[in-house]
Amino acid sequence: MLKTFPAGGVHPPENKITANAPIQYLPVPENVIIPVSQHIGAPATPVINKGDYVKTGQLIAAAKGYVSSNIHSSVSGKVNKIDNAPDSSGYKQPSVFIDIEGDEWTDTIDRSPEIIQEVVLTSEEIIKKCVESGIVGLGGATFPSHVKLTIPSGRKCEVLIINGVECEPYLTSDHRLMLERGEEVLIGTTILMKALKVESAMIGIESNKPDAISHMSKLATDFKGITVIGLEVKYPQGAEKQLIKALINREVPTGRLPLDVGTVVHNVGTAFAVYEAVQKNKPLFERVVTITGKSLKHPGNFFVRTGTPLSSLIDAAGGLPEDTGKIVAGGPMMGKAINTTDVPVVKGMSGVVLIPLTESARMKINPCIRCAKCVSVCPLNLEPYLLMTLTEKNLVERAEKERITDCMECGSCSFICPAGRPLLDYIRLGKSIILKMIRERNLK
Amino acid sequence: MSSVILLTIISLSVIACVAAVILYFVARKFKVIEDPRIDEVQEILPAANCGACGFAGCRNFAEALVKADSFEGLNCPVGGSAVMEEAASILGKTALVTDPLVAVLLCNGTPENRSRTSLYSGVLDCRISHNLYIGETDCSYGCLGYGDCVRACSFDAIFMDAAIKLPVIIDDKCVACGACVKACPRNIIELRKKARKDRKIYVACSNCDKGGPARRACKVACIACGKCVKVCAFDAITIENNLAYVDAKKCTFCRKCAVECPTNAILEINFPPKKPKVEVQVETTPDNSNV
Repeated sequence: MLKTFPAGGVHPPENKITANAPIQYLPVPENVIIPVSQHIGAPATPVINKGDYVKTGQLIAAAKGYVSSNIHSSVSGKVNKIDNAPDSSGYKQPSVFIDIEGDEWTDTIDRSPEIIQEVVLTSEEIIKKCVESGIVGLGGATFPSHVKLTIPSGRKCEVLIINGVECEPYLTSDHRLMLERGEEVLIGTTILMKALKVESAMIGIESNKPDAISHMSKLATDFKGITVIGLEVKYPQGAEKQLIKALINREVPTGRLPLDVGTVVHNVGTAFAVYEAVQKNKPLFERVVTITGKSLKHPGNFFVRTGTPLSSLIDAAGGLPEDTGKIVAGGPMMGKAINTTDVPVVKGMSGVVLIPLTESARMKINPCIRCAKCVSVCPLNLEPYLLMTLTEKNLVERAEKERITDCMECGSCSFICPAGRPLLDYIRLGKSIILKMIRERNLK
Repeated sequence: MSSVILLTIISLSVIACVAAVILYFVARKFKVIEDPRIDEVQEILPAANCGACGFAGCRNFAEALVKADSFEGLNCPVGGSAVMEEAASILGKTALVTDPLVAVLLCNGTPENRSRTSLYSGVLDCRISHNLYIGETDCSYGCLGYGDCVRACSFDAIFMDAAIKLPVIIDDKCVACGACVKACPRNIIELRKKARKDRKIYVACSNCDKGGPARRACKVACIACGKCVKVCAFDAITIENNLAYVDAKKCTFCRKCAVECPTNAILEINFPPKKPKVEVQVETTPDNSNV
C-alpha cells in the first residue's frame, strides 16, 4: 500500500507525453528579457547600466531585503535597456533587455562535466551561497530558498523532504531531471541536509514514475540518510502540506509553516540548482522546462536560460500548432494562460502546455446543485462552494472565518465541479480582497 | 359545553390583563429616549440607503447629523445641497455648500480605438479579470468591460453599451454615490464637478504608460505630449505619470485643449456643434494679425 494524503484530491488525466524525451539544451536566442522580479518578495534592484557588457552568470540585479533574490544574466552580451516589459500576466514590470554576443561565462563558474561529491562548505556558507546564487524554489512558488534554509534559533528541523512528486499533468521536468541528473540531485540533497543540520531526508516520488523511483533508490544507497519513497498518484500531492502529511503523517496547522512540524520541503529542481551553485559555483539562470501539448510536433524537455522568449521555446518544439486554444505557463491545473508568446521564461516556469482549442474551452456556468463534490475533493477540507458564494455576495469577513486564506489554489474544486462553476476564480478573488484587508489591519 | 367556553374566555382575559400590566411597567422601565429630530431628518433623506455618505444607511446618517456639532464632512451626495439645507433648517445648523458631482468614465477604448489581442473566456467579472491578467487588449489601465460598475449602481444610471463595449453613465440618473468608483478595479471612474447643461471636458484615458506603448495599445490614448497644458490659459491641466488631467474646478470650457489634442484623448461632451472650420479660421486670422 503506497502512501498518500487522506483528505480530498483528484485524478486528472496524466498526459505525460514528454516522459521519455531526454533533456536538450535550447540554443541561446538572439536577445533576452530578464525580469528583475522572478520570485516571491521584493523585486531585485538592477546593478548594471544601459550599454554595459555582461557575462553569463554575472549578477545583474541584487536582492532588495531578506525575502528577495539575486538575478543573474543568463547570457553574455550588451545591456540594451532597462525598461518595463510584460510578464506572463501582461502587466509590465522592470526587466533587463540584453542583446546577445557570443556565450562567454564568468570565470568563477566550473563548466567541467565532473560530478563533485564532497561537500566542503559549512551550513552558514551553504546558505550564503544560496543567497548569492539567487536560488529560489523551483517547484513553481519561487520562494527564496535561503529563507527556508535558515532555521530560527530554538527551532529544529528533524527531516528534509525533497519533492519529486510532480503531480501536475503533462509536466515532466522534475521526472527527467531525476533520471538524467539523479546523482547531482542527491548531492544537492546532501548539501541541503548539511545546511539544515538534519540527519535524514526523504525523496517523495509518485508511482507513475517507476523508472525514477528505481533509479533514485539505486543511487541513494550510496548516500547516507536519504530514502526514496514511492507515493500513490493523486493530485495535489506535490503541495507542501499534502506531501508532509503523506510522507511523515504530520499536519501543518493553519497559518503555520512546515518547520512547525519539524520539516522543510524543497523541490528536486531546487536540489539540483543548489548542487550547481555550491559545487559548481553556477548561479541560477537556467532551468528545465517541459514544453508539451497534444498537437505539438516535437514536445520535449529543455534546459532553458531565463529570459528566453517563449516563442523560441515553442519554435524549438516544432512551432505553434494551428489549433492552439490556450498557452498555459505552468501545469494545466495551477498554471496561467498567457496572452502573448513574447513573455520570457522565468525561474518559476516549470512547463508550458499548449492546449488545443477543443479542450481549452470553459464549461458553461450552471447553478450549484449542492452535490458537495468540491467539498469532498478539497485537500484542505474547505467548502469551496460556500467560499465562492460568500465572495460573490461580498461577504468577505465571513469567508475569512471559513478559512478562505488557507486555500492553496490547487483547482481540484473547479476541476471536479459538474456544473462548471468557476469556484477557484472567485476564491482567488476573495483571497486577494481578504489579504489586502489583513495587510491594512496590520498597518493600523 | 358552554361552561368550557366561558372558562376559556375568563382565563384568557385574566392572562391578558396581567400581561398588560407587566408590559406597561417593562415599557416604562426600559423606555429608550430618542431624539425626535432623527425621525424628522430621516424623513427628508432620499431613503436610498446607498451608503454614499459613508454611513450604513439613511437612518444612521440622520443620527450622525443630529449628533454632529457642524455639518463638516457630512454630505448626502444623492440629495445634494437641497436636502442638506433642509436638514440644516430642522437642526438649526448651517449647511455647507457642496458642488454637485457626476461620475465620468476615464476611458474611451472602444473596439475601434483599441484592438483586441487576446480572448478572455473566464468569469465575466472585472475584478477577476483584472487580477488575472492585462485584459483582452494591450492596455493595462483601461476599461475591461465586464460591468462591475453596472452591477454596483443602485440607481440604474450605468448601462453597458454593446456597440462600444464601454459602460455609459446617464448624467440625469447619476447621484454621485461613488459605488461604481469603488467597484472598478482599475479606478477609471471619477466623480467630477457637474457643469451647466452637463457639459464636460476631460481626458478620457487612464493609461500611465509612455506615449509609444500607450498609443500602440489604443488610438485615443493620452500620450502626455503636453500640448493641452501649453494651450490652457487657466492652469487647469496638469500632467502626472504620463497622463494629462483636466481640473473641472479650474476649467472654463474654452475647448482649446480638445482641439489641440493630437490623439483626441480629450473629449468635449454636450456642447453645441461647432461652426464649420473654414469660418472659424476666417474669423480668427484677422484677430491674430491685429495682435
